[in-house]
Amino acid sequence: MTMGPSLEAMQDGGSCGLRGDEHLSDISSHINEGLPSFARRSEDKAWWQEFPWWGSVIALVMLVMAAKIFFDPDYDLAWSRIYPGVWLTLQTTFISFGIAFILGLLAGIGQISQNVVAHNLSRAYVELIRGIPILPLIFTVALVLVPKAINFLHIDNSSVSTKWRVVVALSLIYGAYMAEIFRGGIQSVAPGQREAGRSLGLSHRQTMSTVVIPQAMRAIIPPLGNDFIAILKDTSLFSVLGVLELTRRARQYSASSFKFPETYFTLTFIYLCLVIGLSILLGQFEKYMTKDRKGER
Amino acid sequence: MSTMVEVRNLHKTFLKIIKAVVDVSIKVEKGEVVVIIGPSGSGKSTILRCMNLLDVPSSGDVFIDGVNLVDKATDLDLIRADVGMVFQQFNLFPHLTVMENITLAQRKVRGKSNEEAVEMGMRQLTRVGIPEKANSYPRQLSGGQQQRVAIARSLAMEPKVMLFDEPTSALDPEMIKEVLDVMLELAAGGMTMVCVTHEMGFARSAADRVVFVDEGSVVEEGTPDEIFNHAVHARTKDFFDKILHH
Ligand SMILES: Nc1ncnc2c1ncn2[C@@H]1O[C@H](COP(=O)(O)OP(=O)(O)OP(=O)(O)O)[C@@H](O)[C@H]1O
Ligand SMILES: [Mg+2]
Repeated sequence: MTMGPSLEAMQDGGSCGLRGDEHLSDISSHINEGLPSFARRSEDKAWWQEFPWWGSVIALVMLVMAAKIFFDPDYDLAWSRIYPGVWLTLQTTFISFGIAFILGLLAGIGQISQNVVAHNLSRAYVELIRGIPILPLIFTVALVLVPKAINFLHIDNSSVSTKWRVVVALSLIYGAYMAEIFRGGIQSVAPGQREAGRSLGLSHRQTMSTVVIPQAMRAIIPPLGNDFIAILKDTSLFSVLGVLELTRRARQYSASSFKFPETYFTLTFIYLCLVIGLSILLGQFEKYMTKDRKGER
Repeated sequence: MSTMVEVRNLHKTFLKIIKAVVDVSIKVEKGEVVVIIGPSGSGKSTILRCMNLLDVPSSGDVFIDGVNLVDKATDLDLIRADVGMVFQQFNLFPHLTVMENITLAQRKVRGKSNEEAVEMGMRQLTRVGIPEKANSYPRQLSGGQQQRVAIARSLAMEPKVMLFDEPTSALDPEMIKEVLDVMLELAAGGMTMVCVTHEMGFARSAADRVVFVDEGSVVEEGTPDEIFNHAVHARTKDFFDKILHH
């Protein structure tokens, strides 16, 4: 057995981080570990270890892209052809998110409801939608279900624009995904909360709306934000239906001009801007929702 | 004297096979303090939770002030508002301030205005000794303070009876007394109380009657002196031997 430095030297120099009041047995066990040259210490990280390099890389790429679009006439032309689709993309995203939110809340509560009809209906809806890939679903909803519904309701077929078919499809799809989020959020609230509410005489509905759902919201906001961004990205799928959103415009322009790099470079840039912008907004909202409204300590 | 709480031939079976409560009948008179004791898993909580139908009995009847809760025609929410319940884990609403915790049901169930509810809230908070915490959030309070808020929240509904399910079991030792003191004061003030507790000191000084439960059934009941000092059944004596030697 090799002995480390003498006890006195260690205590004086403090090179092992030992305090003078440690027992002899503790110290000898440290010695046996062969300290001090391999001592494990907590250290403050250097600035370059903590610096958000990834963010700088993205910012740099974005800057280069922006410069390219601004100064290169070919890129500028592509930009001017694609950019007008932003409005439609955002509109579809926001409306679909709103409807999906309500559908998801209803189906989420329905899934854990004691009511046999509500329970099975919600369950069937969620499982059906989640079991089908998104593109076939889009075709089925927009080209089969919506026309059938239109027929059934005796509405003029042309009065329901493709935009609204897209909204219906996106809302139905994301309603099912959000139902799972709501269900998980509600189930994450301790059962004792519901019991406390009910034992005070609050009805089931009052307990849900004043006790359970406000608490579930905290767990729900981050994944809902993810779905918000996912909807924004998935609106691009609807270019297959001929809706003149961003991706459709890009496809049209590239097909007629053969300027593929200019077109898709610009399209990517626009989506990146939208997604990053939305992420920042959602991050702020999350911060606002999860911080204490007031608080003393 | 008239009866405030009565469970009659109560049975509760979980998941078709777990017999948590087997043919229990307990009567609690107005103003009486009844303490339920028994080993872990003996069905104490289930009996208590059946008293306000948080657990729905498999069979048997539950009466609060003469109204049968098992009857489908009974408005449960109305009865529950009259039955205070205090839980082991406090179950305060963490997203609401102490005062909001106390006023919520007063406003939603009793239809009180916010001013009335706050006034009642302050009165109850003063009663449990922490009026200065009205605007704090539950997580900013100690366990003992949280449990006192939970008691104040129940009292603000002006209940006819209070049910306590091991209200001090989740507390650090130094906080148990402050909660028991509030309960003792309630008992002295004539509140009808049913308490599941392991605090034998509390049972001795506050209980009119002690009910010993084992394996889902009432083994014996009597005054604190009868149960603690002159238990008849071997199972009761065993229980005391165990808890006294630990
Ligand atoms: N929701 C439930 N589902 C299934 N079994 C349950 C449920 N609630 C209680 N039980 C079972 O019923 C029996 C009685 O439980 P109960 O909680 O009433 O006992 P207890 O006397 O309060 O015990 P403790 O002192 O540990 O709180 C136990 O065997 C328990 O496992
Ligand atoms: Mg219990």
